[in-house]
Amino acid sequence: MTNSWNDIKNSDVILIMGGNAAEAHPCGFKWVTEAKANRGAKLIVVDPRFTRSAAVADLYAPLRPGTDIAFLMGVINYLLSNDKIHHDYVKTFTNASYLVKEGYKFEDGLFTGYDASKRDYVDKSNWGYQFDDQGMAKVDETMQSPNSVMSLLKAHAARYTPEMVERICGTPKDKFLKVCELLASTANGERTATSLYALGWTQHTTGAQNIRSMAMIQLLLGNMGMPGGGVNALRGHANVQGITDLALLSTSTPGYLVLPSERETTFADYMKSRAFKPIRPGQTSFWQNYNKFFVSQQKAFFGAAATAENDWAYDYLPKFDTGYDTMKMVDMMAAGQMNGLFCQGLNILMAAPQKDKTRAGLAKLKWLVVIDPLETETARFWENHGEFNNADPKAIQTEVIQLPASVYVEEEGTFTNSSRVIQWHWKAAEGPGESRSDIDIVAGLYSRLKAMYAKGGGAFPDPIRALTWPYSNAASPAPGEILKEINGYALQDLTDPADPSRVLLRAGQQLPTFGMMTADGKTASGCWIYTGVYTEAGNISMRRDASDPTGLGVHPNWGFAWPANRRVLYNRASADASGKPWSERKKYVYWTGARWAGADVPDYAPTVAPERTVGPFIMNPEGVGRLYVGASMREGPFPEHYEPMDAFMANPLHPKVSASPVARIFAADAKSFGTPDKFPIVATTYRLTEHFHYWTKAVHGNAVLQPELFVEMGERLAKAKSIASGDWVEISSQRGAIKAKALVTKRLRPILVDGKPCDVIGLPIHYGFVGLTRKGYGTNIITPSVGDASVNTPEYKAFLVDVKKTTAPAQPAVA
Amino acid sequence: MAVTRRQFMKVSAAGLAASSVGALGFVGAGDALAAGVRPFKLERATETRNTCPYCSVSCGVIVYSLGDKSKNAKSSVIHIEGDPDHPVNRGTLCPRGAASLDYVHSPLRLKYPMHRKPGTDKFERVSWDFALDRIATLMKEDRDKNFIAKNRDGVTVNRWLTTGFFATSAQTNEAGYLTYKVMRGLGMLAIETQARI
Repeated sequence: MTNSWNDIKNSDVILIMGGNAAEAHPCGFKWVTEAKANRGAKLIVVDPRFTRSAAVADLYAPLRPGTDIAFLMGVINYLLSNDKIHHDYVKTFTNASYLVKEGYKFEDGLFTGYDASKRDYVDKSNWGYQFDDQGMAKVDETMQSPNSVMSLLKAHAARYTPEMVERICGTPKDKFLKVCELLASTANGERTATSLYALGWTQHTTGAQNIRSMAMIQLLLGNMGMPGGGVNALRGHANVQGITDLALLSTSTPGYLVLPSERETTFADYMKSRAFKPIRPGQTSFWQNYNKFFVSQQKAFFGAAATAENDWAYDYLPKFDTGYDTMKMVDMMAAGQMNGLFCQGLNILMAAPQKDKTRAGLAKLKWLVVIDPLETETARFWENHGEFNNADPKAIQTEVIQLPASVYVEEEGTFTNSSRVIQWHWKAAEGPGESRSDIDIVAGLYSRLKAMYAKGGGAFPDPIRALTWPYSNAASPAPGEILKEINGYALQDLTDPADPSRVLLRAGQQLPTFGMMTADGKTASGCWIYTGVYTEAGNISMRRDASDPTGLGVHPNWGFAWPANRRVLYNRASADASGKPWSERKKYVYWTGARWAGADVPDYAPTVAPERTVGPFIMNPEGVGRLYVGASMREGPFPEHYEPMDAFMANPLHPKVSASPVARIFAADAKSFGTPDKFPIVATTYRLTEHFHYWTKAVHGNAVLQPELFVEMGERLAKAKSIASGDWVEISSQRGAIKAKALVTKRLRPILVDGKPCDVIGLPIHYGFVGLTRKGYGTNIITPSVGDASVNTPEYKAFLVDVKKTTAPAQPAVA
Repeated sequence: MAVTRRQFMKVSAAGLAASSVGALGFVGAGDALAAGVRPFKLERATETRNTCPYCSVSCGVIVYSLGDKSKNAKSSVIHIEGDPDHPVNRGTLCPRGAASLDYVHSPLRLKYPMHRKPGTDKFERVSWDFALDRIATLMKEDRDKNFIAKNRDGVTVNRWLTTGFFATSAQTNEAGYLTYKVMRGLGMLAIETQARI
């Protein structure tokens, strides 16, 4: 989230699209209710299904799964062609006036530089800005130049007329225009709109660009950095934000630094493309400090072994040739290229697309370690459960070790919520039996490996030997000690650069801010964005002062929000160029004549005057928000509508480049996509209020509330297939088939696209062959294994199926 | 003033006696009623602030457990409810969070390390030492055999690709950081979490 859960109450218009907050995030949704009740906010829900969020919306608009970009670009076209943008904001805080290189083009669904044989844009040299001889980006303040971002955006969006939106999305034109009008009512600094989304936007081959489209709308409306504005991801697990921040992802390293690739052979090479210099006069470009964050992190990991002479132990980090993300790992397993796998609280057999491929992959491993509080399908993938898991244990040679982990009430430590707030929780009880915490399990493995490498040698033992382990109990490091290391501390006395005789921080003291980090090895910090969470003042994540001095839902003394306890990102943009609030009604952070003041921590030093025109978007070298992203996303500088891989129809905009030309397809899956002649129905997956992923089927209360897999379908489709509620239905795709009980409903209605009705069915994901619920097929038997090009998220939300009436599963349905 | 249910009944009884109802001969009825009410279970429980483990609203919860956390007293969680002081959820919980006591006490909770030998159809209980020794041995064997110090161009890459780690987003930041540090320290690249899927 750029903003926070509580901040939703400051919104005047709330768009829920790509999510279903009322059912998936009920206690966060209360802030929507608050905004509706207390300030008359209007709620818009755009979803293929009439969800419980839609049920309380002021305006519901249906759309066909996988067409969100067409809808959102349609909104952009409406805002631009009806002149409903916040002009001063766009001029001051976006790159609308920047000039793009002459060679940039978009034709027939492709940007310049595409190579079909590589399924990639191999030449992005024309996607950048024009620069002057000082290295500054050229701008045209009038935005009239045909190569200004604004002109290019207008031309790009012009194709998405309300008629085209209706043709692609199936959203009736009048409903679509009402959505546009409501959003446009916020283009003035007096009112704000917020966007709440979740996996309904991410789980598409166009996922990252779905979100980008919304970010562009919010920039055009002037809603970024504003109270009640922003682009807000309603994330999944209680700590998926924290574990993302801490980079349990293939090519990342904590704090959104990037792991070095093998093309960056030295530390100097690596830094060449990282320390982004400002490309506009006066800008900050916060990544200029990248080396300080990186060196401090290496010192936290490798301590005294990281020196200036060895480039801060640069060689201790693995260098990647390609990303080893979830789908890539499954693909490698299935090809027999992996020997060992850990599944720590991640039930990969159910979570990855194409269950059969995953099961085949697990069966090719030499060994599998499952660390989990619960019995899972992954741990028992080798067990025969009839048609639900037709495995032959004798044929499966994988050695499996299952380790019992403790759960939240049995541990202390921090979770980071969607609002980026890091909150401490305390231990209430011991776990059952011999269960252990994840920390103790990892520590137990590390201590053994360290001893084995010390004794017997082996491949490159240096980083294993050098890894810092300054914990008072090596076998069971205290979470507080680890949080101190994540925050960072001084390794030597730090002195004031202006007055070296003045010591700011003694060696061993906790860093108060990342501003004190150095690139010469004097500081250590595991994750720079978390600095401030555990300082000399103590464990800040434990703070429980619920006061809200401004009444804007900021709660500055509750826990610690990264970065720097900032609750709304880019909040400098809540005031105009001179530092004056855009309106009294939306007053948030403003210039008093001497400093920035207001409800929140400003984006940069509070004494930097607005005359210095430092932009709020300090992570961009431009200092402004990007309506055009140049080469920083693989799919292209602007979002474009592409059909899902399992396509219901050819893309009306460019039928020859119908699906995403850069979506990641594995050779092994090339023939796994369906066509509408065999599979004429569109399916989407979703989550139930009563269940959380695959855990709660092991929880009595939830298993009673929602005991078995069902398929939601509209009345027209049910009638055509002679299916009644409660009948067993077979749902088949090019990948396989599952059985589920029919739930015939008015919540799903055929969507009229390009003149023909498109039936949509909905499938919950939560069921499997282990649990207190009835045994069920995994929905991931029929979902496609294809990834979004930028982040490789699978396309769970739009694929093709057929349905027919069938008989009950052969096996007794009780687990 | 903290008023327990028993105290409340007694106060009510006193009020009752002083009222016109008392004059009608019902004096003592309140006392009898108060004596009949069991003490509120949570009265003797220990309260611990925690965070709901499911979605990232990360609702504040209060965990009630028996046992005062003294050294040899084993605590047992008896109730979980929303934390009314928490600024985000303000005491509310959804059907998942409200049933989370059943998660803590699920009959499917794992209690002991288990081992499934290749080709067999069952798990067998093993000790932690056996399990961790065995895993460390398997890791070292695979790493030593398949570690890539240099790529084909002779560039130092120090990577280990034949073992992967799916890390949970249900763990604490501290556990996640330690997991990262150890697995990256070993040269592992295939490290992923739920964020992408």
